[in-house]
Amino acid sequence: MYDFEFVKPSTVADAVAALADEDAMALGGGQTLIPTMKQRLASPSKLVSLAGIADLQGVTTGGGSVSVGGATTHATVAAEAGAYPALAALAGDIGDPAVRNRGTIGGSVANNDPSADYPAAALASGATIRTDRREIAADDFFQGMFETALEDGEIITAVDFPIPEAANYQKFKQPASRFALVGVMVAKYPDGVRVAVTGASENGVFRWKEAETALTKDFRTDALMDLDINPLNMISDLHGTGEYRAHLVKVLTKRAVATC
Amino acid sequence: MPTVSMTVNGKTVSGEVEGRTLLSQFLREGLSLTGTHIGCDTAQCGACTVHVDGVAVKSCNMLALEADGAEVRTIEGMANPDGSLGVIQAAFQEHHGLQCGFCTPGMVMAAADLLAANSAPSEAEIRAHLDGNICRCTGYHNIVKSIQAAAAQLG
Repeated sequence: MYDFEFVKPSTVADAVAALADEDAMALGGGQTLIPTMKQRLASPSKLVSLAGIADLQGVTTGGGSVSVGGATTHATVAAEAGAYPALAALAGDIGDPAVRNRGTIGGSVANNDPSADYPAAALASGATIRTDRREIAADDFFQGMFETALEDGEIITAVDFPIPEAANYQKFKQPASRFALVGVMVAKYPDGVRVAVTGASENGVFRWKEAETALTKDFRTDALMDLDINPLNMISDLHGTGEYRAHLVKVLTKRAVATC
Repeated sequence: MPTVSMTVNGKTVSGEVEGRTLLSQFLREGLSLTGTHIGCDTAQCGACTVHVDGVAVKSCNMLALEADGAEVRTIEGMANPDGSLGVIQAAFQEHHGLQCGFCTPGMVMAAADLLAANSAPSEAEIRAHLDGNICRCTGYHNIVKSIQAAAAQLG
């Protein structure tokens, strides 16, 4: 890892100012960024830790939604997002316990790893990603593998999750990395069902709209019987072929519906 | 160079570090607390697990400067004040919870983290909590037994 300057501001405004430097990067819990820097795949000149900003911490529930501060750890979400049990369960199964004590929602969502869990939760919930300068709908936020709508130096201050009537996240873990080989989040809202898939597509997290339409009409696993998902743009690697991942998408969607 | 200060096993310590100095490196090389092991250096194996402000973290995946002002506890802080083994350590010895011992500091710190939150964990809960701690010798059975025994003793 190349050396860098480390700063830990206590306000969002100071963090935004610190990130204005060329080659500065925001640091959440570092559970992805530090390993990436060790491999010299990232070499920021300055790291701006967001861990000292009180405004970015914690889970608040009200008005039919759960709002998670951008620097809130997975362990805290698992413990405090009880108003949205599927979200708490998802957070409580990311990585391992020590990783959950450091990793943050803002870091996960901003990185948009194609196998990360939180992007599926945000997209299936129709979440709103709030930043230091605007609000972005999850549908507009995730723009492909490791790509998001965030501008340089833009900080995620919170993610607001509308609480569904029922929801479930099913993850088929890649046992070495503990990332999702495929993960499917199903969330049922009064105006329809949303299905978000992580781990499977070359384009990162996506909504399986055919399944959403079928499940909005009839919220039973049988509604998915005749549906299949095209394996063409699925990730194919040593852990599984595109066809295998496409198969898992359907199986996990059914399991999620059955568990709702 | 920046200076970092923290409390490690009850003692206030400080030292000069680089931005990139890892907490594991500061503990081992700066403070000579070599009980914290570095196994994979990729946050997979858990040998470097320590407690920061009361919760388990992988010290190879945290910067020393991120721990500035924190309370850190390492395996060296798990023994009794007279130097004899603490309850969890003694349980690992009694129940053969280790063979080569390389993963053991991380296992003990993970176990202490679990027992602080859950004084009577089930076998499944113990195994789930050790998800991020890898042992290549024991097959985990005796580690689980050790933690169950420690839980019973600590009540």
